[in-house]
Amino acid sequence: MMDLQRLFIRFALALLLLTVIAGVLASFAFLFPANFNTILPFHELRPVHASAALFWIITGAACCVSYFSGRQSKAFMVLWMLTIVVIFVNYGFQNYGGREYWEFPAYLNLPLLAAWLFFMAVFMKRLPKGAPVYYWMWTTGILFFLITFLEQNLWHIPWFRQSFLREVTIQWKANGSMVGAWNQMINGLSVYLLVAISGNAGLARQKKPWFLFFLGLFNLMFNWGHHVYNVPNSNWMRGVAYGVSMTEWVIIILIIRDFRHTLTAARKFRHLVVYRFISAAELWVAANLLLALMMSIPAINRYTHGTHITVAHAMGTTIGINTMLLLAAFGYILDVDNLADRTRKWLQISIRVNTLSLGIFWVSLIIAGLVKGILTVDHPENSFFEVMAAVRPYLEAFTAAGLGVMIALGVICVIYLKHSQRKQTV
Amino acid sequence: MKFKLWVTLTILFFIYSFYVYIYSSSEKTPVQPTASVLSGWQVWQNKNCHTCHQLYGLGGYMGPDLTNIASDPTRGSDAYMKAFMKNGTDKMPDLHLTEEEMNSLVSFLRWVDKSGKSRVGKESVHWTGTYIF
Repeated sequence: MMDLQRLFIRFALALLLLTVIAGVLASFAFLFPANFNTILPFHELRPVHASAALFWIITGAACCVSYFSGRQSKAFMVLWMLTIVVIFVNYGFQNYGGREYWEFPAYLNLPLLAAWLFFMAVFMKRLPKGAPVYYWMWTTGILFFLITFLEQNLWHIPWFRQSFLREVTIQWKANGSMVGAWNQMINGLSVYLLVAISGNAGLARQKKPWFLFFLGLFNLMFNWGHHVYNVPNSNWMRGVAYGVSMTEWVIIILIIRDFRHTLTAARKFRHLVVYRFISAAELWVAANLLLALMMSIPAINRYTHGTHITVAHAMGTTIGINTMLLLAAFGYILDVDNLADRTRKWLQISIRVNTLSLGIFWVSLIIAGLVKGILTVDHPENSFFEVMAAVRPYLEAFTAAGLGVMIALGVICVIYLKHSQRKQTV
Repeated sequence: MKFKLWVTLTILFFIYSFYVYIYSSSEKTPVQPTASVLSGWQVWQNKNCHTCHQLYGLGGYMGPDLTNIASDPTRGSDAYMKAFMKNGTDKMPDLHLTEEEMNSLVSFLRWVDKSGKSRVGKESVHWTGTYIF
């Protein structure tokens, strides 16, 4: 493994560590603002957490895709890492750009864009006939990340800011589709790993992964409208988003249909730490997909929009699905299944602690969101502060569970970082 | 076949995207933002207001949704809004805004308020979708 690739892996893992530490600190700052406002207020911690999470996922996905495809760009890795470091230095000086998830000064989008173009210059090649589905997923994810990244920056053109409704619609269109883009990259990694673990190359050529690839692509393109159901923009957009999002029920049906087969595979590969991560992700795919489908139904969205249920969905997918699959991919690269039994045991325990903590974390946020939604929508006479007081016990449970997530993911990160020094190649 | 399907979807995506860019705003004649509004928008971003506050339910959870604060009969006066911005609260720190920044932030919030209502009425939601007029 080349040293720069090894550094890139460590950099991504350091971002995950920063994400969980800043996340826990931010949740304490949310609960006890008086204690934090003079040192590290919530509005300074949240950008660190959100950006670290965003860059952990994108960096992790790009890192693994580069590694498995053998298409590595040194210019991309160096420029990407340097820009992210500069972003966090800016946060240290309270220099913000104030866009959701992209909270750094806007000019820093330029080196990020240049870095991504370097990556594309190396990665983008004509797909040969019969290429496995994961190559299609990676290519699509990388291309659509670029498109949505550019779309996210359209606000610099004055015309887009002449209407607040237009600007907010496009901002969330880009955000929604970008999640679909990195999901394509990460789902491709998941298929690649299943092929590698089982030794069955045919898995990547079956009808089901192809069907799921195109269904995912269709939803990436047109299923973003639930973010802006309550923005008074044109009605036809909500209709399209509602209709398209309902196609995801097919995935739920497939999960139920294949449940027995999934269990058999889980038993067969349970000795593999890498597979344990994939199994954990499968559980969260079902749970978060069901939640997303519920949130996409307008009558339910009216209660869930702007509540902690949105956070449950965002964190459930980023921690439960994206992070689990990325840790599986990193584990495969670092060959963690050949570590000492004691270390593997620590990894397995950490996966269990993370799943359990994330379960409490997720349910607490859903209950908090339901309480907020009902009190806000059905009882508008309540003040904001009365609503937040009613929600507080569930946020305390969420924060306590967040500590469990931080410890579990922290242990995994430290083990990975420690073993990333070994001079092995996969 | 797969390539053709991929290309067709991608073309449809671009057509739909441009359609959204041009026709997404339901405002027939949107109120044009003044220089003060745009300056206030910049303050909103530079001070990271969205980490704690929402506009149309999008943003943070620490403070209230501010979409229609400017038309609130009790809290919508310039003096009331600026008092919060200037002094903060037990949850909101003092962001050390200048008088000019506070004025432009008020202009921005008044402009956002004119774009529509954040609360979605029960009558707007039907099993076939949400219809906000």
